[in-house]
Amino acid sequence: MLEDKDRIFKNLYNDMGIDVLSSQKRGDWLNVKEICSKGREWIINEIKSSELRGRGGAGFPTGLKWSFAPKEIGSRPHYLVINADESEPGTCKDRDILRFEPHKLIEGCLIASYAVNAHKCYIYIRGEYFNEGEELQKAIDEAYEKKLIGKNASNTGWDLDIYIHYGAGAYICGEETALLESLEGKKGQPRLKPPFPALIGLYGCPTIINNVETIAVVPTILRRGAKWFASIGKPKNTGTKIFCISGNVNNPCNVEEEMGISLKDLIEQHAGGVIGGWENLKAVIPGGSSMPLLPKETCDTIKMDFDSLVQQKSGLGTAGIIVINKDQDIIKCMARIARFYKHESCGQCTPCREGSGWMWRMLERMTKGEASREEVDMLMDVTKQIEGHTICAFGEGSAWPVQGLLRHFKKEVIKRNNFNPLINTNKNIPYLIDQHLLEKENDKVKS
Amino acid sequence: MSVKKISKEQPDSFEFSSANADVAKKIISNYPDGKQQSAVMPLLYIAQRQNNNWIPLAAMKHIAKFLNMPYIKVYEVATFYSMYNLAPVGKYFYQVCTTTPCMLRGAYKLVELCKSKISKKENELSENGNCSWVEVECLGACVNAPMIQINNDYYEDLDKEKLEKIIDQTLNGKTPKVGSYRGRTNSEPEHDRKTLLELKNA
Repeated sequence: MLEDKDRIFKNLYNDMGIDVLSSQKRGDWLNVKEICSKGREWIINEIKSSELRGRGGAGFPTGLKWSFAPKEIGSRPHYLVINADESEPGTCKDRDILRFEPHKLIEGCLIASYAVNAHKCYIYIRGEYFNEGEELQKAIDEAYEKKLIGKNASNTGWDLDIYIHYGAGAYICGEETALLESLEGKKGQPRLKPPFPALIGLYGCPTIINNVETIAVVPTILRRGAKWFASIGKPKNTGTKIFCISGNVNNPCNVEEEMGISLKDLIEQHAGGVIGGWENLKAVIPGGSSMPLLPKETCDTIKMDFDSLVQQKSGLGTAGIIVINKDQDIIKCMARIARFYKHESCGQCTPCREGSGWMWRMLERMTKGEASREEVDMLMDVTKQIEGHTICAFGEGSAWPVQGLLRHFKKEVIKRNNFNPLINTNKNIPYLIDQHLLEKENDKVKS
Repeated sequence: MSVKKISKEQPDSFEFSSANADVAKKIISNYPDGKQQSAVMPLLYIAQRQNNNWIPLAAMKHIAKFLNMPYIKVYEVATFYSMYNLAPVGKYFYQVCTTTPCMLRGAYKLVELCKSKISKKENELSENGNCSWVEVECLGACVNAPMIQINNDYYEDLDKEKLEKIIDQTLNGKTPKVGSYRGRTNSEPEHDRKTLLELKNA
């Protein structure tokens, strides 16, 4: 278990207060000037050698992303955009950072803005987090008052303005280019990539987009050194991470732990174990609803980091762990997730817009046992038609959970949906029968 | 994608109150010159707050003029995002999360209760017009499941009995206590917390 002194978010449960003075007691805003005086190159290299990977789901190396921003400001201004549109089912880590550790985020914004040459920073918060946004705005006002941000922020000689922009209940706006569209005042429909936002992003200007947690850990990494951060966890999967453990556990909670901790430890030590005991575990969704589920056998040994989970054909995603025990109907759980994706598809690409609805309707029927045996394979086929055929990763996100279900629980699905296809029972339902098969039969009758 | 119903009864005109117009101008200044279209989402929120938590078509026309953009683009935005109400809602607007993490902990029991106590169907006002409810997707408080949102506030760690009390209060026009209903602090484990204990006791 990670020791308390190595935890970054010491106020995760708000034991100590949110205002700037209590944050300073925890070490925030301590030596921003000193850090920035070491220069952009140093900051980016330090983040690179800490091997920090983005905490928003994709796990892209943060230092590398920052290095894509043009080195000098050209004719177009640079922007930093913080993605606080946390909508992945099972994930609620950014909410706690916004409301209880806002100064870590604001300090991170200053350092990141300095590193990528941005004078303006937009924080895109999901509309439902209105109260959290108000807390953050209070902290931003405080920071302006203390001259920590604004003109010549914290005496670094860098000007920085931070603005909050509220979303309005669209999951897709967590996708970075959809977020930019939304910020420009349009429907949140993702853009084709390339060009990548680092060169052509918000208003066509170079833009770096990072998750809340990624930015909020940056000041601590730079203060305590990249070596310290890299020493926690495993190579290429370094540092600490906030895990959100929800579902059928005794004490659902958010907890900061090291990367690569075993899933069983996480659930048993922090979340009070599975309801009904470990043997009652059915499956775990390890990284927010987009990631394929893991059956109990895998959960016994799996380590929670990006690479170990990819090996098991799943992913760490946002580290929102949803625990499902044997009292639940696994097909129903997945049908509900499919409904989520059907509801949230932005409607831009046909495979996703139509396919997400197909998957939901098929799964709803499978929950009730109304599908035929062959439809189970057909469902797999539908997921493959969506995956990889869409502009953004939403296609994968909606197809993977269904694929996970079929990969690990196909037997259970077939057991419940085990009648012969209608076509074999010689029922004459016109739209279900191939026309040329009918013609053949007609020929037989004639001869 | 979801279909949104637009109210059949629309007011003839809408204008920002002078205080809100000032707020709107300040918000527009947050964005670069010539990019005032960015302010369409915050402005829709202002209109929604000014007009009893829903946006009439006249408000969209007003915002389009205010931001010098085509009306249809405002309409597009207002219909795309689910948090803009395009028809009247109750003074207490319930959003019940039923996505898987909440479902696992019994969110559908809460839906049943809303059906029996507030209104049979979603988006319909209760008999005295105080409340209305809607089923929504993940609200991002999964470790405090099941939970609901009433207007801007989160009500967490609920069950049927607790929600029943909340609904009774709002039907009588009282605002219930916000936050966890099992008395735990934020998102910490309810029992047997193992981390950051020194800070808690300090």
